[in-house]
Parts: sequence; C-alpha cells; structure tokens
Amino acid sequence: MKPIETDFVRGKWDKEVNVRDFIQRNYHPYDGDESFLAGPTQNTKDLWNMVLDLQKKEREAGGVLDMDTKVISTITSHGPGYLDKSKETIVGFQTDKPFKRSLQPYGGIRMAEKACSDNGYEVDPEISEFFSVHRKTHNAGCFDAYNAEMRACRSSHIITGLPDAYGRGRIIGDYRRVALYGIDRLIEDKQAQKDSTGRVMTDDVIRLREEISEQIVALKMMKEMAASYGCDISNPATNVQEAIQATYFGYLCAVKEQNGAAMSLGRTSTFLDIYAERDLANGTFTEEQIQEFVDHFIMKLRCIKFARTPEYNQIFAGDPVWVTESLGGVGVDGRHMVTKMSFRYLNTLTNLGASPEPNLTVLWSTRLPEAWKRYCAKLSIQTSSIQYENDDLMRVTHGDDYGIACCVSSMRIGKEMQFFGARANLAKCLLYALNGGIDEVTKKQVGPKYRPVTGDVLEYQDVYDKFMDMIEWQADVYVNTLNIIHYMHDKYCYERAEMALHDRDVRRYFATGIAGLSIVADSLSAIKYAKVEVIRDEDGIIVDFKTTGDFPKYGNDDDRVDEIAQDIVHKFMTAIRRHHTYRDGFPTTSILTITSNVTYGKATGNTPDGRRKGQPFAPGANPMHGRDSHGAVASLSSVSKLPFNDAQDGISNTFTIIPGALGKEDKVFAGDIEVDLNK
Amino acid sequence: MLGRIHSLESFGTVDGPGTRFVVFFQGCPMRCAYCHNPDTWEMNAGTPMEASYIIEQYERNAPFYQNGGGITTTGGEPLMQIDFLIELYSLAKAKGIHTCLDTSGIAFNPNNAPLMEKFDKLMTLTDLVMLDIKHIDPEKHKELCLQPNENILKFAAYLDEKGVDMWIRHVVVPGLTDDEFYLEKLGYFIGQFHNLKALDVLPYHTMGESKYEKLGMEYRLKGVPPMDKDKLLDKKAAILRGIKKRREELGITHQ
Repeated sequence: MKPIETDFVRGKWDKEVNVRDFIQRNYHPYDGDESFLAGPTQNTKDLWNMVLDLQKKEREAGGVLDMDTKVISTITSHGPGYLDKSKETIVGFQTDKPFKRSLQPYGGIRMAEKACSDNGYEVDPEISEFFSVHRKTHNAGCFDAYNAEMRACRSSHIITGLPDAYGRGRIIGDYRRVALYGIDRLIEDKQAQKDSTGRVMTDDVIRLREEISEQIVALKMMKEMAASYGCDISNPATNVQEAIQATYFGYLCAVKEQNGAAMSLGRTSTFLDIYAERDLANGTFTEEQIQEFVDHFIMKLRCIKFARTPEYNQIFAGDPVWVTESLGGVGVDGRHMVTKMSFRYLNTLTNLGASPEPNLTVLWSTRLPEAWKRYCAKLSIQTSSIQYENDDLMRVTHGDDYGIACCVSSMRIGKEMQFFGARANLAKCLLYALNGGIDEVTKKQVGPKYRPVTGDVLEYQDVYDKFMDMIEWQADVYVNTLNIIHYMHDKYCYERAEMALHDRDVRRYFATGIAGLSIVADSLSAIKYAKVEVIRDEDGIIVDFKTTGDFPKYGNDDDRVDEIAQDIVHKFMTAIRRHHTYRDGFPTTSILTITSNVTYGKATGNTPDGRRKGQPFAPGANPMHGRDSHGAVASLSSVSKLPFNDAQDGISNTFTIIPGALGKEDKVFAGDIEVDLNK
Repeated sequence: MLGRIHSLESFGTVDGPGTRFVVFFQGCPMRCAYCHNPDTWEMNAGTPMEASYIIEQYERNAPFYQNGGGITTTGGEPLMQIDFLIELYSLAKAKGIHTCLDTSGIAFNPNNAPLMEKFDKLMTLTDLVMLDIKHIDPEKHKELCLQPNENILKFAAYLDEKGVDMWIRHVVVPGLTDDEFYLEKLGYFIGQFHNLKALDVLPYHTMGESKYEKLGMEYRLKGVPPMDKDKLLDKKAAILRGIKKRREELGITHQ
C-alpha cells in the first residue's frame, strides 16, 4: 500500500489497513459535559422541516411515497439526489430523490414484486421476466435446495423469520476505511489480497477470488457514485466534513445494494472525532459547523428506506433499518472512548428531535466518565431513543473496536461478520416434545414421530428428556436450513460493498436465535413445582393444560427457575454446536426477538405456563409480562444470569418504566429535594 | 427472629437516596385516608422472613445499590416490629449497607422506658429517617389518620437530639393538607431541627384507589382529585417559608 502523507500520529495504520490502530493513537477521551454543544443551524432546521414534510406525505400516501419499478439498484444505478443541494453539507440518497425506495430483486423477485404491488406499484415486466427466467435469485436458490422437512418447519413456524426471501443483513462494512485510506488504496489492498490467495483452485479459493473481484468492482463503483455528487473519495479525507461524507458514502453503497434485515453503521463517532479535534485546533471549522455536518449526516441516516411487504413489516413490527451506531465504551488500555463526537451524535436527538433511527447505542461501562453517563440518562428520559449495551461484558471477547449490528449482535468492525439466522421457536418445540412431533395448531406431523407424553399429569423428568430430544432435532433441521440459506445468499446476493470494507479473512459468526425462552422456563417450572394436567382434543393431541398450585416464575431472581432458563440456553447451544456450519461459521445464538415475538405468539398453541394460544411471547429474554413481581432489579438479575458464552449473539431485555418511577419527575438529578434556604 | 413482610422491591428510586432495596413491612396502626398501601395495614398478615434472608436478597444485587443507595424499610410501619428491625439493621450495618427508615413515627413513645432502650439502640444503626408528617395540627391529624400526632412530633425532636439525619416527607392532598397556613406551621416546626437534611413534598395521587376496591374497603377520599403538580411548588414554598422563619429566629444557618 502506498504510504500515507499525514500529520496524525503514525503507527501501523499508515502502512496497513488498520483503523483501530489509527483511533487508539489519535483519539482524545473527553471527560467534560455537554455544555460545548451547538444547536441546529438555520439550514439544518430548513432541511429537517423538508424531511418532516416528506414523512407526513409518506404517511398520508399509506406508508410509501415513491418506488422505483424499473431500475435495479446498484451503487451507480441512480444519479445524485438532494433535499436542497445549496443547504446540504453531507449528501447522498439511495436513489435519485429522497423517500424513493429502490428496487432490489437479488434477494427474491417475488418479494420485490410483492413489495411493489402491496404498495400500489408494479415491477417492470421485463425485470420480472429477467429474474424469473434468466437470472436466479437467492430465494429461488433456497427453495431449490430445501427438503420437505425444512419446508414443513418453515410453514408451521417452529423455525421462523428465515432470511430466505429477503436480504440477511447484519454485516457491517468498515465504512471508516473509505475516509481514512481513500478508495485507491483500498483497491490496491484488495488487489494484493487477491494475489495472495492459494494457487490450488479448490472451491474455497475460487469463491474467494471471485468475491474479491466483486469487491474491487464495488470499490470502483463507490468512487464513481461519489463523483456523481462532485466528491472525490480516491484519497484520504482531509477534514471532518470529508471524513463524514466518505464514511457515509461507504454506508450508502451498502444500502443501495442490500435490503438487509439490519443495515448497521458500526462505530464511527470516536474515529470522526479525531478529524474534528484537528479541525477545531487548526481553526478549519467551528463547533457549530461540525455539529451541522453531524446533524446532516444523521438526517441522511434517518432517510434510509427499503421496499418491503406488509408481512415483512409484521415480522419486524414496522419498517426498521437498524442503522445501529455504537457509541462510547472503554478501550483495552483502560481509557474510555467517549469523545466530543459521541456527544454530538446524541445531540442530534435534541437538534432534530427523538427518533428510533439511527439506533444510537451506548456501549455502557461502569468506567465511563460521569458527565457522559448523566448526559445519556438525561437524553434517555427526554427522548426514549437510546439503547444500552454492556461493554464490560463484550469487550472481553471483542476488544474495543466492535460494533453492534441490528439490536445486539456484536462483531469486530471489518474483521468479523455475521450470517443472520432468525430464530427457533422453543415454546413450540416444547409442545412438539409433548405431542411426538405433531404440530398443536395444524395437527400435522412436522417433527419426528417420537413417543408423546401419555399420562394425564406432566412429569418433569419425562417432559425434560423428551424436550431435549426434540431440541436436538430442531437444531439439526434449523442449522441445515441456514446452511442452504447462506450458501445461496453468498451465491446470488453477495454483499460486495460491505465485504469490500472487510479484511480478506473474516470470522463469520453463524447466528441462530431462540424465541420463547421465558415461556419454556416458566412451563418447565410449572411442571416441576406445581401440578400440570394435560387436556387432549378428540385426536388425542395435547392442546391445553390445567395448572394447580404456584410455581417460581422467571424474572424474580429465583434460582429455581432461572437455572432452568440457563440450562435450556446451554443445551440449545450445545445442540447447535454439534453441526457442520457453512464456511466454518462460528456458531452463536441470541435471545433477542424484540419485535417478532408477537408473530411467533400467534403461531403457537397454549403452553403449560398458562399462556394462551396466540398470545405474544415476551420480547427477547424478558420475563413474561406481569410475572416479575419483585421489581426491576430482580427482573434484570434473572436475565443477567443467562450465560453470554452460550448466547454470544446477544441477549436483549426490553425495559419500560414510567418516568415518575425513575425518580422525582425529571428533577431527580437536580437535587430538588434538598432544603434550599438560600433563595 | 421472623419479621412479617408484605413484599420486597428490588428497584426503589423514590424511597431515599440512590437506588434502593425496599422492604415493605406488614402492619400499620395508622389509617391515613390517602394511604396507597392499605394492603399493608393488617398486623397479623404478611410473609414470615428471616432478617438474614432479606440481607441475602439485597446482596445478590448489591452493585445496583452501592452507588449512594442502600436498604429502605417502609410499610406498613416498620417500627411496629422494632425488634426485627434492629436485627435487620444490625446485619445491614455489619455489611456497611446504608439504612433508611421510612416511618410515620407513630410507634414512638418517650414514656415507655423499655421501648426507648430499643429506640436508642435502633438509632445507632440508622443512617437516615424519612419522617412522614401527615398533618401539623393535632385535631386535623386525628381526623386524617385516626391517630394523634403528639408522639410523632416528639420523635422528630428525639432524632435531632440523637443526631440522626432526617428528611421530612409530606403528602399534599387537595382540600385536606394543602392549607398554606398549616404548611407554614409545619415548616416552622421542623425548622428548629439541625438534623433536617431535605424536604420531600409529594403530590397526592389516586393510584391507590383501585386497591381499596380490590380489598373491598371503603376509600375515604373518593372524588378527591390528584394534586396539581404545578401548584405543588407553591405548597412547598409555604413549608420553606416556615422553616426559614424559624431558622432566622434561632440563628441556625443552613450548611
């Protein structure tokens, strides 16, 4: 790689692609408070009002304002788009105008067609024909390879939300590389990677060489796309505005080509702060200008949109993009990584107002500076728009340059990626164990014909053993279905833009997931500590339960049931680990479904814990609604006992509290209850 | 020894400084019209618990309470089980846990020597008392809570004498405890104490009403609206006026 001319502190980063090294050598931790922050400029207010106006029109139009039906979206497929060119300091939209959703058929042409038709548009028939006859999609590939059992599991919802008809997402490109190195050096680096592959042309080597070639094409297209906006990103960014712009262009390329289930941004704030600090010191920009760049950047991220179907929106409870940005955290050398830029990102919640996107995620550590903690708490109370994750837990395995994809999936930026794997419905699996593989809703034999429960009262050891057998089966069919999905996604819908901003050899997490953990834990607890009688229908299938007596419920810091929950997670993960995974993916699982718990609940019959058929599951690793009776700390404590080693893709807990219960209204921090006699 | 405990709450944010582990004692002789925990009145009810069990529950999640928080006993009236309370606080203090007693002070009786010995002992184990003075006027207090306030007011003086930090809490109920004449009087009374650290003026809310219905009890404040939070600041100012007046008279300076 060509040496970089720079006045930043040199290290490894100026000789090899190594963003973390650049950050560690050049960033300045900020211990102060938010008083330095600047409000929105007039241009920012004008632009944001235009966005609000477009949002309003979009709602009035039924959810979609405009869709592209003719142009297949690529990095360079669309000319530049603007809100108001004269006012935008950071530019770039997915298509040639804001709020126009792009056409992305590579995941599946039927999904693309349906996304259009459900919203009153029609895909150009020539495109439909092309992707039905001449060019196979990821979706078609999956169904070519699925076996009958996989299809049955899919339709009975014992495995749900599989990314076989839509983009898997969850891959975070290291978009900062575009700013730090410029495209030319990245191409040079990729060319060297390609030249360094093995000479024996095995399947793996051939695939790698083809993928790197695709990545180089993507990099060239990035440069071209940026040029269409009048920006040259061939070389390293020279100031903070260019750095933000280049980082955003990198991300924009990803969302132009992938309609992924989560398209996250990474960990950009502390990186960008290095440029901002230099510009402030040199007098290149004022604080107000830098905040304006950040506001415009975040505004763009709030405008990322995809064409999706109502069914998709139902699974994901809305139309989320999951533009997750990870803020703060602590470095492995002990310095915290909060910078002024971390404050500026959160300040957009004040300047532009509250918003679920981008998903601003604070990597929380007990060692974060106090002023930052207070600022986060204050904005949480004001806007309810901040997500928190445990940095002290994740830093151990991921170091200090990881980011969060979607809501909780952690990965080292540019070095690790994930094969997203939706989730297995464990509550249904438990019912299959009772009924010998017969689905309690459809009454079809979906799972293996194991011996069903025969007595009228459920006996704990009997149910537990049967459940473990059924988990083994579920893990088997689940992992193998995912093997097909990721094979086909790589083949027909490869993420070349994101992978161009990764190292050559990445670690691939093979993600799986669990839904219904608290239901299973409570059900087994009920069977163990109370009396659960079964009620069979006319076909002898267990469809309901009669529970007598009380039992410990997950969410009350009660080890009797919390240990059941821990054990299930461990057993499930052990079953997953037993299998071959595509591209030697590192198997993980998550307990995180914070949106699709409603959909899963609909497809699942009565459960022994007392939950009724169709009733939603608790989100993520939450206790079932209303069963945690010992307050929030006890509830959180039950969740925190779940083994992270067995759920490395993340454990989520949705915490809702009325502001008044967090303290004396919002003045809890102001010392309001002190006797103030000096007035 | 076993205490009679109504419930444990692991995340108390409004019951003393910081995040607190809150122990609700079962049993209370007061019958305050606005009480939002009527289910804690009955003396011979609750779950029997060892003090060591409660401390164990606290310690399971101790990191949550370490940063300026601690344990709060409330109820019910914790002082009705003073022997158990002493045991609980002894264990807590041995572990360096901050102890906060949320009380009406009704159980205090300076004429009962054996009881006073217990109070003296308890005070050596108590870091903070949140004394809830329902009404400064004896007659109105009796009307409101069906109990006199004489010993309650004496309890405040006793705490000052013992040098135990005190927060005064007062619930403002429209039409019942919002008369600024009495509020200023309340302020004037508490203004004399050197151990007064904070004033916590709480707006009356109607969230307790449904509990009465569930318990099949009559709710004496049916139809009384919740306290307007904006007006609350005026009520607080009235109490502060009283405090200031008394302090000026006595030459007490606020630290």
